[in-house]
Amino acid sequence: MMGDGGNDQVSDQVAAVELTAITKRFGSVVAVDNVDLKIADGEFFALLGPSGCGKTTTLRMIAGLELPSEGSLKIFGDEAGTLPPNKRPVNTVFQDYALFPHMTVEVNVAFGLKMQRVPKVEIADRVGEAISLVRLEGLEQRRSQQLSGGQRQRVALARALVNRPKVLLLDEPLGALDLKLRQEMQGELKALQREVGITFVFVTHDQEEALTMADRIGVLNEGELLQVGTPAEIYEHPVNRFVANFIGQTNLLDATVVSNDTVCLANGVHIPGKSDLGVGSRVAVCLRPERAEMQRPDEVPADHQSVVGRLESVTYLGNALVYTVVLDWARLEVRRENQPGGYRPYVGEEVAVSWTLDAISVVRA
Amino acid sequence: MTRAAVRPEEQEAAAATPEYEKAANRAASRRGLLLSLPAYAYLVLFFAVPLGIVMIYSFATRNRFGGTDLSGWNLEAYRKLGEPIVRDILFRSLWLAILTTLICLAVSYPFAYFMATRTPLLRNVMLVFVMIPFWTNFLVRNYAWRVLLGNDGLFTNITEAIGLGERELLFTTSAVVIGLVYGSLPFMVLPLYASIERIDLSLVEASRDLYASGFQTFRRILFPLSMPGVIAGSILVFVPSLGAYVTPEILGGAKTTLLGSYIVTQFLTARNWPVGASLSFVLMAVMLVATVVYFRTGGRNL
Repeated sequence: MMGDGGNDQVSDQVAAVELTAITKRFGSVVAVDNVDLKIADGEFFALLGPSGCGKTTTLRMIAGLELPSEGSLKIFGDEAGTLPPNKRPVNTVFQDYALFPHMTVEVNVAFGLKMQRVPKVEIADRVGEAISLVRLEGLEQRRSQQLSGGQRQRVALARALVNRPKVLLLDEPLGALDLKLRQEMQGELKALQREVGITFVFVTHDQEEALTMADRIGVLNEGELLQVGTPAEIYEHPVNRFVANFIGQTNLLDATVVSNDTVCLANGVHIPGKSDLGVGSRVAVCLRPERAEMQRPDEVPADHQSVVGRLESVTYLGNALVYTVVLDWARLEVRRENQPGGYRPYVGEEVAVSWTLDAISVVRA
Repeated sequence: MTRAAVRPEEQEAAAATPEYEKAANRAASRRGLLLSLPAYAYLVLFFAVPLGIVMIYSFATRNRFGGTDLSGWNLEAYRKLGEPIVRDILFRSLWLAILTTLICLAVSYPFAYFMATRTPLLRNVMLVFVMIPFWTNFLVRNYAWRVLLGNDGLFTNITEAIGLGERELLFTTSAVVIGLVYGSLPFMVLPLYASIERIDLSLVEASRDLYASGFQTFRRILFPLSMPGVIAGSILVFVPSLGAYVTPEILGGAKTTLLGSYIVTQFLTARNWPVGASLSFVLMAVMLVATVVYFRTGGRNL
């Protein structure tokens, strides 16, 4: 159920990045705690978690900017844990881009090649190529202070990609951009990754960004890697309460496992719910707002489970409506597409929130 | 290295400034002038006026009795600066000032970098350590060096202990350089620290990530970006070293007269005020050039 499921996919080939029991301590603080992770060649991988969860530290360890306290780190099969950053076949796009302010765009992009003593003619070619790849033609002679946020981001990308790294690391690459530009760049980054075919590992705290862009996501919290999987796996089958809550909106109903296909909700009602967590475990039933349905209490279909509560408020989102239903032991959100007709209860009315067995997942509390 | 021209929107803004805004700007600059008036007055009275007097004397003639006749203006005093004795002193002083500056730079840079990359608390402690010598009188500190470098001093004891024999540095050019470096070190450390501290250290990481070694990162990223501090520190060390008087007098020998001592001699002993004045003026010109260079290169990026 845990990270293993996602990792199995890449076990048959050499992983682009392989972390084995990696731990990083800063003094007495454990920033990254015993993380095992395999990232496949050519994958777009997201490290997702709230701030301070250890995602940036993990990225910095791959880059060589931090050394792991324990564990092994391999890049394409070669032990790299203690190599300095300039000896690793990886490049980084830094959070605030870290463009060299005393150099033009062109010189910034050429820096890595120059340091590797690539012949001048080849540098010129590859720099030109990288600049056109990120569509910055005409800005070669500008300095970073004369560029917009989006342009700086492209320079940072070109500066890293021009070296043709085996792995590209991106630290919150879109964090400094405004919403519109961020959405635009999400698509562009994804397209760019497909075009160059390089393994991208990016760090983000934005779950939507991770879901949109990544092939696979690793969810971190307090230094622990909680779950690794495709966006669908993580969204549909979160391993625990934290992941369920962090990825998307969700309703979590406290419950206890009664048998491997029944749980007992906090109101004492037994409902079907599959889990392999062991009888007596404290769990939560995860019901996504868009998977929940809503009817008059006397009109619940026979194959649905339901709870009855009072409609407290309706939030109008344009394309959807979000209903907040209050029970005396929980509070539920139900999201309905804004379609003409259908059931439109009034605030204060008694309503039934219902679901089918495949709409819910039982997660560790 | 073309800088961006004024942005079009700024030009428009300047052209479209309405009357009341202009009036407000004028009032603000009047207030500024008023606030800086005491400083201006002080500078004019005690700097510009005496400087003018020095300049006038540099064109005057020394009379037979050691006085100065304020008539018969000529360039005799300036011509005298071309004489081998004066020229040697000039070049020696220049060389020592340059040497002092370079040594200060080499010693201070690693220290300033170390300081700038510590935690804020540690930085402050280190800053205090840099300043502590200032709490002791400058003369006292120079005499302390006399003890350290002199006969049976610490330095001699060390050379003896490691088998180099009884060596004495006092009253040599080396002693003067040691004293000058010691005295000017804080003036190098502080500007360097200030400019290194402002550098975004992720630039260093980016450089390392882009295959630069530690030394290449220093040469291509750190050093160029800390240039304002390097130039400011160098001028703060170079200029006083060039005209240094106290340290060479106390630690230097009679054979190695430097500019400062020579000027004093011209005024007090040789009673040749025009030569002393002209030399002072040339010295000032050199310092002015250094300062202009600073503002044209490093100052721009500050």
